[in-house]
Amino acid sequence: MRIVKSNRAQFKDNQITDESVFNEKRSLLKKLGFVGAGALLSTPAQADILDWFKSDEQKPATKTQTLRDLNFQTQDKSGVKLTPEDKVTSYNNFYEFGTDKKDPKAYADALTTDPWQVKINGLVDKPFKLEYDDLFSQFSLEERVYRLRCVEAWSMVIPWVGFPLASLLKRANVSSKAKYVGFKTLYRPDEMRGQTSRFIGGSIPFPYTEGLRLDEAMNPLAFLAVGLYGKNLPNQNGAPIRLVVPWKYGFKSIKSITEITLTDKQPDTTWNLSAPSEYGFYANVNPNVDHPRWSQASERLITDGGLFNQERIKTLPFNGYGEQVASLYKGMNLKRYF
Amino acid sequence: MTKQHLLWWVKAVIHLLALTPITLNYYWSITDQNGADPVKAIIHFTGIGALNLLIITLMVSLIAKYFKKAWFMQTRRLIGLYCFFYAATHVLNFWWFELNFQFTLFIEELVKRPYIWLGMSGFVILFVLAVTSPFFAKRKLGKNWQLVHNWIYPASLLVWIHFYWSRKADITEPLIYLLIILSLLWFKRDKIGRWLKPNTRT
Repeated sequence: MRIVKSNRAQFKDNQITDESVFNEKRSLLKKLGFVGAGALLSTPAQADILDWFKSDEQKPATKTQTLRDLNFQTQDKSGVKLTPEDKVTSYNNFYEFGTDKKDPKAYADALTTDPWQVKINGLVDKPFKLEYDDLFSQFSLEERVYRLRCVEAWSMVIPWVGFPLASLLKRANVSSKAKYVGFKTLYRPDEMRGQTSRFIGGSIPFPYTEGLRLDEAMNPLAFLAVGLYGKNLPNQNGAPIRLVVPWKYGFKSIKSITEITLTDKQPDTTWNLSAPSEYGFYANVNPNVDHPRWSQASERLITDGGLFNQERIKTLPFNGYGEQVASLYKGMNLKRYF
Repeated sequence: MTKQHLLWWVKAVIHLLALTPITLNYYWSITDQNGADPVKAIIHFTGIGALNLLIITLMVSLIAKYFKKAWFMQTRRLIGLYCFFYAATHVLNFWWFELNFQFTLFIEELVKRPYIWLGMSGFVILFVLAVTSPFFAKRKLGKNWQLVHNWIYPASLLVWIHFYWSRKADITEPLIYLLIILSLLWFKRDKIGRWLKPNTRT
């Protein structure tokens, strides 16, 4: 694997992991031979090096995916902690598997992620498809430590692995008519129990859809993740590929993507359809615009603390990424376009 | 075993059943074994616990009547008080762990969010019922005691709406609760009817 760059130097945010840890990880990778080999070998061979990201060749008969380790260091020296991996993978909103936060981990094993296909189509000159293996080999993978802010007023700090959404869109040669990017999740009721019953799936329409304006999608922060914590994505976190839009509430970061469509009209998005007064199309993190049922002024950072050891922090506009994205919304009334 | 003995044992079991889960949940939450977000976990646990105990309180008279065990009625006050205890910890936990004991924020949230003031008005009713539950209060209130304590019926609906409204999407569980509450109110329809139309009381 070739880590092309990390955002750890790019962002001054002290929410993200210290650079020294990143360097430590790089040296660890070097010792393991990944970085060095990656630089020397040609592209086809690089795909093999990326194999550690995928399940073993000899897969067990069950559909359960084997997640592979990278000896990732989870805590930095500045005292700002990443959310523990077991919390990132056990506390999820993924209504396809049930509405309880524990449901996705309990039921997502049923999902087959390999084979997988992502179609890129719509207003593009070169529509294409990505197969499962392509997700890990067609683009240079990077690590990004982003804060994920849920609309329910909690947040996590997660080291994602993936590639910028812009790299994928550039390959498709987006037509000049395109203004929006629509995303669609898998619809497979026999593996996703929430899609078979409105009682399990929380009565939202399936398949789950999301969307971004094209300039948002082209922003360097918009990211397609295929891994977290140096391992491939667990199913409950949106395997094999998901979107991460760190300046927006978590529900914009659609999981298990099967289709990316360029359009000239604003695409329908699931939460906007089911409760437009509560969940706008933009869903930018904004401490000044409350959700009708809870304040967005602050959030609880999910760390490894118990009840008396909670970290409650002020919510920042655009989740702290204003410097990188605020210009996208110049002149817009963010209270109206929430 | 005399009825007194039996009542003692039943009350002991009620204490145990009410206190064990809340103690365990606090232990798990403090030691970070209660899921990823211990604050949410404890707030939800005490809230749903209060609702469950409210429903059980409403059931006591029906059970006593159906099984013809008048002594069982004597457990109702205890269960009702535990309902208040759970509701009080629910409110306290919200104020403490969600709002960091900020008083102005607490008042602000109370006023701003309909689902919170609905829950809060349910809690105020439970509070009034709890402070009027000692025997001397009952003696003092006389006939009016029942009129005051019938407020449990509107409280059950207020608390239900609060619960329903707090949900993002999944409404299965609230609907099951609504079904139970409505059927309990239906069983008590005569009593509620008399309460609502006091002039026709004979």
